[in-house]
Amino acid sequence: MSDRISVAKTYKLYIGGAFPRSESGRSYPVNDSRGGFLANASQGSRKDARDAVAAARKAFPGWSGATAYNRGQVLYRVAELLEGRREQFVAEVAASEGTKRGESIVDAAIDRWVWYAGWTDKVASVFGASNPVAGPYFSFSVPEPTGVVAVLAPQASSLLGLVSVVAPVIATGNTCVVVASQDRPLPAITLSEVLATSDVPGGVVNVLTGRTAEIAPWLAAHADVNALDLTGAPEAIKADLERAAAGTVKRLVRSGRGEPDWAREPDVSRLRAVLETKTVWHPMGV
Amino acid sequence: MSSNWEYAPAPESRDIANLKPAYRMFVDGKFVEGSGEPLKTVNPATEEVLAEVGTASAADVDNAVKAARRAYDRIWGRMPGAERAKYIFRIARLIQERARELAVLESLDNGKPIRESRDVDVPTAAAHFFYHAGWADKLGYAGFGPDPRPLGVAGQVIPWNFPLLMAAWKIAPALACGNTVVLKPAETTPLTALVLAEICQQADLPPGVVNILPGAGDVGSELVNHAGVDKVAFTGSTEVGKLIQRSLAGSGKKMTMELGGKAANIVFDDAPLDQAVEGIVNGIFFNQGHVCCAGSRLLVQESIADELLDKLRYRVSTLRVGDSLDKNTDVGAINSRAQLEKIQELAAAGDAEGAQRWTSPVPVPEKGFFFAPTVFSDVQQSMRIAREEIFGPVLSVLTFRTPDEAVAKANNTPYGLSAGIWTEKGSRILWAAQRMRAGVVWANTFNRFDPTAPFGGYQESGFGREGGRAGLEAYLDV
Repeated sequence: MSDRISVAKTYKLYIGGAFPRSESGRSYPVNDSRGGFLANASQGSRKDARDAVAAARKAFPGWSGATAYNRGQVLYRVAELLEGRREQFVAEVAASEGTKRGESIVDAAIDRWVWYAGWTDKVASVFGASNPVAGPYFSFSVPEPTGVVAVLAPQASSLLGLVSVVAPVIATGNTCVVVASQDRPLPAITLSEVLATSDVPGGVVNVLTGRTAEIAPWLAAHADVNALDLTGAPEAIKADLERAAAGTVKRLVRSGRGEPDWAREPDVSRLRAVLETKTVWHPMGV
Repeated sequence: MSSNWEYAPAPESRDIANLKPAYRMFVDGKFVEGSGEPLKTVNPATEEVLAEVGTASAADVDNAVKAARRAYDRIWGRMPGAERAKYIFRIARLIQERARELAVLESLDNGKPIRESRDVDVPTAAAHFFYHAGWADKLGYAGFGPDPRPLGVAGQVIPWNFPLLMAAWKIAPALACGNTVVLKPAETTPLTALVLAEICQQADLPPGVVNILPGAGDVGSELVNHAGVDKVAFTGSTEVGKLIQRSLAGSGKKMTMELGGKAANIVFDDAPLDQAVEGIVNGIFFNQGHVCCAGSRLLVQESIADELLDKLRYRVSTLRVGDSLDKNTDVGAINSRAQLEKIQELAAAGDAEGAQRWTSPVPVPEKGFFFAPTVFSDVQQSMRIAREEIFGPVLSVLTFRTPDEAVAKANNTPYGLSAGIWTEKGSRILWAAQRMRAGVVWANTFNRFDPTAPFGGYQESGFGREGGRAGLEAYLDV
């Protein structure tokens, strides 16, 4: 038996491709499912949220302007890296969620990522259309990303749920600010490390850890956020968040009470939720 | 200052092709001896023999179809789409990883410039697998109903002009939809398809899902007529396409035909001329004109014809013809002696029927199969060079006065694969595009291919589409 003392990891935020601590200097203990100490996570603040939105906005032109093929390649590469970190994710999911099904959860998360990677260059042909307008015009409609999406990640499903809400947002060309599961944030930070070493440009995904109820209102009210995913929002503040979101007419992604069953085969609703439809008209004639 | 700026040769090393003295056919996951007469594949740029390739007999075709059937019944046809997808993604990645080897091998076997195989053929082939991998578990969203089923075993016969790319166009959608495949590459270009077979092995693709049988037309005929084949996909000449369609009459087999073309490339008087010249050159001299959708009929508005032709001839005279492995080569070798003779014969018909021939003064290698870029002007619609597919670096130039005349002339063909439109006016592009009886219309560009964009012809250019959502229909029981 080796008596080597292991090197413990510091879990930090992920903003604009870098891993800063919270500007507030705060952290909070993260425990496993039986209450044992796992790590201290950064407790993100209002200013961290604003920094993250700025980073997401800055990354938006490049990411949304990349070809769908390129985005697909980049996202598929993330799945390849997830596969390489499989054991680490299994351990973290098992510790965070207290489940023995860690392996199948991680497998499902990797497959989910691949599923969404394959959507990048199909969204336009499935959701777009040419419009047979009654006149000498060529009219067509194309789906486009809505912009910066604030994602309140699921509280229970720390990896599969997280992947299920983040992948569709970036597959469609949006950028996002994700508030990780408050009590189970470690898989989200590890996912950030995967993203940071992948070809996903910095700022496309930004991950905040901390108190969801503290950070969410600032994101809901932020004028440079285009859509808000309420999946992981505490029930008690959901209506308030929606009210705040109305200030800049944010698109809302709402799931019902309780957490969806993430193991179920996904549908395209999360892709559609973060897409705009742009219709273009052009005259036809000599 | 003198203008003696010569190009230094910039050859790609042929060692990269990893050429082997002998290649064997691929059946049921293994490379095996074929019992047909072996063929020798030749580098058309030097006429040297590259390798000996085993070919299939009728019995081999039967074995391959049975292997494909077993793989379909037991594994591939039942596998969840998400699992099929992962195999196809692997193939895409392996093509990307072996891209340089494939590009050099393709140029050696086919004669096309290395720049083209490196920048177009191989990356587009990888992209095709990548795109279709994503469809494998999303077929319910493709618009053919909630759970579309595969057809079974696909028999596929492909041409020599884009050997690897055509294999990708055929295999990728077939596998994504859940079919298994027996594919016959062209007699003169079997090598990259057999490396693709090796890639299938490296990807751990279950045995029998992809089978590759080199050989000539007789093998193709055995394959498409085999009773165990549920789906036939053919890319090649209209003549052979008609033969296949006729021989499959009453069989109930689903067919896709991607056949010949005689595309019109229409240049209106308001077109950006320099840009149009580049597009015309790309349209007819890309891949030595061995392109079914080549812009082989240039229709120019009369008022700008002289100016455009001057610019065009100057630009064409700068194209470098020669060694397909030289990165400075623009136009490579004609794929075979037979094809070269066909081009020579049709060009002679142009002379005989009164068209004006202009040939680029570019030096052409003495060895190998080469044909200098050629432009015929004063071409009339009745001439053979305006009606028949030359499939070589020969452009026929006709003129028109009004847009309606341009449309009428463009559509005056039994083909209907592609068309080009050059004008600065958007409304005119859309007006003309609407009137083209062709499956692909390029506006202010030409010869663009993408796995997301369906490709295929009207009329005698064939039926069925490859690529995009529409292309999936060819491999689904819908």
